[in-house]
Amino acid sequence: MNRKPTSWAHPIAYALGMVKSFATRFGLGIALVILWQFAATRVGSIFFPPPTEILHRAAELWLSGPPRRLFLGDGVFQDVLPSIARLLSGWVLAVLVGLPLGVLIGRSRMASDLLDPSLQFLRAVPGPALIPIFIILLGTESTMRVALIAFGSVWPILLNAIEGTRAVDPLQLETARAFRLPRHARLWRIVLPAARPKIFAGMRVSLALAIILMVVSELVASTNGIGYRIQNSQIMFLLTDMWCGIVLLALLGCALNWLFIKVENRALAWHRGARGRGAAS
Amino acid sequence: MASGRARPRRGVIGVHVLTVEGLHHAYAPGQVVTSNISFEVKAGEFVSIVGPSGCGKTTLLKALSGLLDPTGGTIKFQGVAVHGVPDGLAMVFQEYGRSLLPWKTVNGNIDLPLRYQDLDAEERRRRIDDSLQAVGLSGFGDRYPWQLSGGMQQRVAIARALAYQPKLLLMDEPFASVDAQTRADLEDLVAQVQDRFGITIVLVTHDIDESVYLSDRVIVLSKPPSTVLAQVDIALPRPRDQIITKAMPRFVEKRSAIAELIRRPTGAGLRHP
Repeated sequence: MNRKPTSWAHPIAYALGMVKSFATRFGLGIALVILWQFAATRVGSIFFPPPTEILHRAAELWLSGPPRRLFLGDGVFQDVLPSIARLLSGWVLAVLVGLPLGVLIGRSRMASDLLDPSLQFLRAVPGPALIPIFIILLGTESTMRVALIAFGSVWPILLNAIEGTRAVDPLQLETARAFRLPRHARLWRIVLPAARPKIFAGMRVSLALAIILMVVSELVASTNGIGYRIQNSQIMFLLTDMWCGIVLLALLGCALNWLFIKVENRALAWHRGARGRGAAS
Repeated sequence: MASGRARPRRGVIGVHVLTVEGLHHAYAPGQVVTSNISFEVKAGEFVSIVGPSGCGKTTLLKALSGLLDPTGGTIKFQGVAVHGVPDGLAMVFQEYGRSLLPWKTVNGNIDLPLRYQDLDAEERRRRIDDSLQAVGLSGFGDRYPWQLSGGMQQRVAIARALAYQPKLLLMDEPFASVDAQTRADLEDLVAQVQDRFGITIVLVTHDIDESVYLSDRVIVLSKPPSTVLAQVDIALPRPRDQIITKAMPRFVEKRSAIAELIRRPTGAGLRHP
């Protein structure tokens, strides 16, 4: 995303460069979709509808609403928005728990000794295996799903926060002490900024995990959500609907990742600069 | 200003800024780095500490700064025993690249220590500008450290220390990681800055030439467990010049004397004129 064509001098060369860069980056994907379209029309299997049909159905499901609802269809309100809400709540909860805990463990030997073994044990438990327990404890509403997403996606944030705050250059801390920065300033001005690249990396991985967990959580005892819709469509043999859900998940994942990278690039501009330009994330 | 001896600058004459008595430090039992080091530093003085590698120069400097609690002896800064980093002390480290914060601009790096002093924004701004000007980096305030060369980064570190307006500036091999020409420039810069601000400076270096060139007095440490082997008064005229001063017979003589002290296998408690 950070490679820019260098020749601004000649507009035609620039345009050609853009086309070339676009072709390199998206050519394969486009070719595969065309191939799929071609093969699907040819074979005519109901399990693999052509992309045009999926797109058409997707528009019906999600973009057929009245203008006052921005043309968003019922499916958006029934499934897509609740899913996104759970996903983001779970992820934010994971950040709110994982980050402070990770910083604490990373900076305090005592906290590390106290908490690390238990956390290592908990981390080894696959989140989905806990669904029955979560259902008993939290019911079958959104709370349970948010909790599951948070539990499953907290680990990369926690571990990266621990590692990032542990790996702060001792000389930076020594400098801060030599200039008599108070304790809180050492945390906010040295430890956290120094650990930020690691923390962001963890948050990004956990966002991807959160999407997976959102789907998993919606496969069990649910009545709405993208995951529910995919499973339900498959059971009811609405295979095009199922494909729509899958494509939507992919788009959602890409969009969230893209957004996250935008934020990360702003917050970590210094980091890429310090490591030499072009050595991105 | 061509007086010979440790000349009083703006500080109060004769007042000891730093008093070290019987300093002893061991990282582990039996692993004694420094044993029984004693010396004093007067206000406005430029003192260098040299010694063979591994003689605990950096340990000594860390103890002086209060960053390290020595296992024995006392250190007094302005008459008060040092426990933790005292007020009025600044440090310049060898690894400027690691000591400056890469997520802050030059201005931000210099400003950070000032934020926790009782200073208003205008005063901080003024100090940043003044110190950058003193090290010849006016107009570089908005750059990031990693956009600057090594020599410039070390200038930023010096500017940060100056803006802090310390009574005592401790420098830990500050010029060891830059090329020879930059090194000479930085040496002259420090000499000039000291003359202008009258700060007391204690410099740790492994470079004998540098210690003689910059100092009023050179403290020579022995091999570990190190003690003060000798204190050599330099008494070369100021302002000093890389070519003229270094060609003076007195410079050559002092340099040889110190080199010989360091090379000699053992010999404790020797006092050199």
